Amino acid sequence: MERFKLFIPLLIFILLAVALYFGLDRDPSAMPSALIDKSVPAFTLPSLADEETPVTETFLTEKLFQGEAALLNVWATWCVSCRMEHRYLMDLAKLGVPIVGLNYKDERGAAQRWLVELGDPYREVIFDAEGSLGLDLGVFGAPETYVVDGQGMIRYKYVGVVDERVWQQKIGPVFHGLQESPTP
Amino acid sequence: MKRILLPLVFVGAYLFSFSLTSFAAIEAEDFSSEELRLRYQTLVDETRCPKCQNQNLAGSDSPISADLRGQIRRLLHEGSSDQEIAGYLVARYGDYVLYRPRWQSSTYVLWLGPIILLLLAAAVVFTVVRRRRDDAVGEGDIDKKNALNAAEQAALDQVLDHSPISHSPIKNDRINNERSAS
Repeated sequence: MERFKLFIPLLIFILLAVALYFGLDRDPSAMPSALIDKSVPAFTLPSLADEETPVTETFLTEKLFQGEAALLNVWATWCVSCRMEHRYLMDLAKLGVPIVGLNYKDERGAAQRWLVELGDPYREVIFDAEGSLGLDLGVFGAPETYVVDGQGMIRYKYVGVVDERVWQQKIGPVFHGLQESPTP
Repeated sequence: MKRILLPLVFVGAYLFSFSLTSFAAIEAEDFSSEELRLRYQTLVDETRCPKCQNQNLAGSDSPISADLRGQIRRLLHEGSSDQEIAGYLVARYGDYVLYRPRWQSSTYVLWLGPIILLLLAAAVVFTVVRRRRDDAVGEGDIDKKNALNAAEQAALDQVLDHSPISHSPIKNDRINNERSAS
């Protein structure tokens, strides 16, 4: 017993070293979304494609996400990394991945021009000038990408630029999993 | 000409530096009561900015912080309680935004950890101190421990009696004096 006591400091050191070593791999800025496995929040917002004036009577709502699994991509023209991401979103759209855009705190004209100049990977773009849906989604920057299943439930959130690697390793598996086994 | 221009440039730069910094975080905070304003202050102090980590809402200039401050003001005006506002924020941004974590299963370690560590440390200190005290020997203990028993005293006397110096009365006296002094 006395002999064992001598090793207590060593044991504490080993425990600490192991804990800190694994801490090195963790991303300190990673923030789990509070909305995983929750429904897309209710919203009533215009489409980016609408004319500025007069304000149209038709609004997009959370029903947009009923039917099939889709990506919800938060973007804005003021977001530099969104421009980097855009090319890969075009690739995904060509592969047939349905992407819904959330144009976040942006100007309608600038956003429309962006889609004309760079191409439009989105099936529909929600125009959220005030950032109200962004707030309900817990968006804190752009780009952010959510995977939403056919029932409108958020299954995954990725913060940052989506590229080939991120798609292959993180978003793609979740998305394809939803496609293969549509939840009842 | 040059003599006038240079100071002007400095003055201009000086004024410009003000325009960059000082207007960044000024927002209308028209609260109907002082109590509401204090609650607002506490809430923005204790809520973490989701974008700029290690800053609270009060200290952050990022757009998302301004939005959240606006939401908190709106909810306060609508009469929401502090708990409701915290719930509103957590529902969107997760427990992460609370600088004062809630009491729930995932935070038991956080809340109780320091108390447990403190108790543990107190227990260690207590046992160490008590053991030291048991081992420690006071003045009286020394006398008792070092006291000779009868057999030892007899042996000592015999040695002293037979030693060549034992018959010197002066030396014996000195030894006796030292013994009685200690």
